[in-house]
Amino acid sequence: MGEILLQLNNISVVYSDVIQVLKGVSLSVEKNHIVSLLGSNGAGKTTTLKAISGLLKPENGEVTEGTILYNGVNIQNQAPEFITRQGIIQVLEGRQPFKYLTIEENLRVGTATRFGKPYKQDLELVYNYFPALVQRRKSLAGYCSGGELQMLVIGRALMAHPQLLLLDEPSLGLAPLVVQEIFRIIKKINEEQEATIILVEQNARMALQVAHYGYVMENGKIMMEATAKELSDNPDIKEFYLGMAASGIAKSYKDVKSYRRRKRWL
Amino acid sequence: MEFFLQLLVNGVCVGLLYGISAMGFVMIFKSSSVLNFAHGELLALGAFFFLSLVTWAKLPIIVAFILTLIGCFILGFLIERFFLRPLIGEKLIFVIMLTVGLAAMFKGFILLIWGGNLYTYPEFLPEAMGLKFGSIYIAPVYSATLIISVIFLVLFGLFFKKSAQGIYMRSVADNQKAALSLGVHVRRVFALSWAIAALVASMSGIVLGIINGVNVHDLSSIGLKVFPVVILGGLDSIGGAIIGGIIIGVLETFTGGYLSPSLRDVVPYIVLVFILMVKPYGLFGLVEIERV
Repeated sequence: MGEILLQLNNISVVYSDVIQVLKGVSLSVEKNHIVSLLGSNGAGKTTTLKAISGLLKPENGEVTEGTILYNGVNIQNQAPEFITRQGIIQVLEGRQPFKYLTIEENLRVGTATRFGKPYKQDLELVYNYFPALVQRRKSLAGYCSGGELQMLVIGRALMAHPQLLLLDEPSLGLAPLVVQEIFRIIKKINEEQEATIILVEQNARMALQVAHYGYVMENGKIMMEATAKELSDNPDIKEFYLGMAASGIAKSYKDVKSYRRRKRWL
Repeated sequence: MEFFLQLLVNGVCVGLLYGISAMGFVMIFKSSSVLNFAHGELLALGAFFFLSLVTWAKLPIIVAFILTLIGCFILGFLIERFFLRPLIGEKLIFVIMLTVGLAAMFKGFILLIWGGNLYTYPEFLPEAMGLKFGSIYIAPVYSATLIISVIFLVLFGLFFKKSAQGIYMRSVADNQKAALSLGVHVRRVFALSWAIAALVASMSGIVLGIINGVNVHDLSSIGLKVFPVVILGGLDSIGGAIIGGIIIGVLETFTGGYLSPSLRDVVPYIVLVFILMVKPYGLFGLVEIERV
């Protein structure tokens, strides 16, 4: 085992003092790894990311139990201004660009956490990863395509020189070729920038291809964890997430008897 | 024709002033969606600070002007820190009601210290500042207004387009959640927008004080004039605030000149109603960029 960068110990998250979303989630992330977090809608993946990045607070959520250790420091329930300055940057689900700022201004906002706000060199770096952005640099982000925006928000996060990058569904609503391109770049960022990445995805096949390790969540709990290789070989994962029968061939709908499907593992 | 041009020039100068003071209002609205009903009182406070510094402390004009601006900048910061920050996360209507309360408080404070009398600043603008183009004469006050307005406009334009802090302010106005996720200090942005708003308000307060004399009731009612200006220009457009200001200013001087001085405060509102019937978001209101 390499060095552990982030450790969640049995955390519970409650929204508005009554709605419990996470019920004891533990996970650990090794430095320079890509860890993917899989699970159906409402399993608590996004909430887990927000608990790490501190973005629960503005939504009236709170980590009520457990600890989040980052580089050995307790960061649960800290303000996002503090956590981002420790090098943890979350890329929000659904892209969330600054619509009325140009691409280049969007990227400049990414330097908010850094001392002196240098940006010229970093712009070059981002344009190297995402050459498609260069010709759009002066246009308003609101008028860019979904693929360009996804590149933009990842690039914007890169401007902060993150040590830990939290990506929330980067493939959402993108064409398959664009998804492949984005994942190729995510892999490249992980290798070249030495950024540790936590990847939340519905596209399990893609996510397991680039990830080193994976967790499967259901109902606010971790149901399974293994290396990415083991997960993609696991018959349950194959059936529920990769759309294949246990034998590895695509399953026909006529064989599915939904009422007899196993509802949970373990 | 001369009369027309003379009115036009005066109108544009006064209008620029309205526009700049409305700009402070728009900035607060853009970054935090708060309508600041205390804007007129901030304007009056600036004018009275300047009055005291000039007549009581007998400071040189330039020093007094800069001190007033700095003082109001700090005041804006403090208002945000002590009155608005505790309300972050509460319903917007509470925050707006708070600004109504602030307005009453500041007005009371001014009445307590300076009373309700009409004061005038000593003459300090050199006569040479007046400009003469043929038969049109621009009084020193108006040319000073013009110069100050243009300087402020250029400075703010550069600030919002080029400086990191300006871009962060726009990013918060655009998408607060995303700004938070990138580590933009959102509370600091709110504080800064209040500080800048108070600064521009005090500046326009001083200039209006030079034109009309310094009186609490007059100055704080000019704060209300900000509303037609920003509604006309579009609540969230800084450029619109300036153009809205010029339109209202010109309408006012024309009505005052051609119809009757007692109608000057009414006609702009009537025109406003007609414009809003055609363009409900204001002339330059944000047209939502929507991707389907």
